[in-house]
Amino acid sequence: MIDLDDMDRAILRTLVQDATQSAGAIGRRIGLSQPAAWRRIKRLEEAGVLAGRRVVVDREALGFGVTVFLGIKLATKGRVSLEDFERAAMAIPEVQIVQHVLGLFDYRLRVVARDIADFERVLRRRIMMLPGVGQVEANVLMTEERRPGPI
Amino acid sequence: MLDDTDRRLLRHLLADPGIPMNDLAERANVAPATAWRRVERLTEAGIIRAQEAIIDWRALGYTVEVSLRFSLDKTVPRAFDEFTAAAREVPEVLAIETFLGRVDLRLNVIARDMAHWQEIYRQRILTLPHITDIEALMLISTLKHAEALPV
Repeated sequence: MIDLDDMDRAILRTLVQDATQSAGAIGRRIGLSQPAAWRRIKRLEEAGVLAGRRVVVDREALGFGVTVFLGIKLATKGRVSLEDFERAAMAIPEVQIVQHVLGLFDYRLRVVARDIADFERVLRRRIMMLPGVGQVEANVLMTEERRPGPI
Repeated sequence: MLDDTDRRLLRHLLADPGIPMNDLAERANVAPATAWRRVERLTEAGIIRAQEAIIDWRALGYTVEVSLRFSLDKTVPRAFDEFTAAAREVPEVLAIETFLGRVDLRLNVIARDMAHWQEIYRQRILTLPHITDIEALMLISTLKHAEALPV
């Protein structure tokens, strides 16, 4: 596991807000030369700490006004049925997140839809048709806020 | 208003967020200068809200991730605001989401191990204000996490 110093933390905090900045720009912000900042970014990438980028869009402005989190319990269990369910769930374009969880549900899914009617279509024609699907609980997302985390 | 070129650029950017601008231009079949200008305009208009670096917390030794679902005391008018403000003070909280449904609010929380998790849960989570119920889903694995929209 990689150890971070204050400079590494400052780099991570900067990149979490805006990953498009160059090593030179980041260096200037935190008082490092361009090559020094670049070396540190490279090291964080190689250690797997920096694991790519996420483009956050205004889903509503793009016509996807509804985001719903589903908690799904499988009706039947066993290794084969898990794999069938996972493969089918991941293939649905409206499903953005598929997580296997332990607790009240077996899976958590994030589904995007144009509106509530569109969501109902996805729920009925796609989600309820998934192999092995049992109880489904839906919660409509109102607001979301990402936090920087312990850096 | 978005035209077809904007949508094409967004579709490719969302599908492959780290993509260099020249490759993005090529895939969307526009000149590189056009791609730059369009992406800049989409960012200024708030359609692209952010391009964030993704931190892999496991690479930093955080092996536990829990989705905590809360019900809050709705007889308290400022319950949501006060809970959210207090949750922001917990560094291990990665996301705060509010819902319409059976669940009021969800926190995504990470910890180094189960002992650390227990410490956070008892000292930082259970002490948050206005909680009436908590359910925990422990993450086993994330199988799909895409920001791509079926546009």
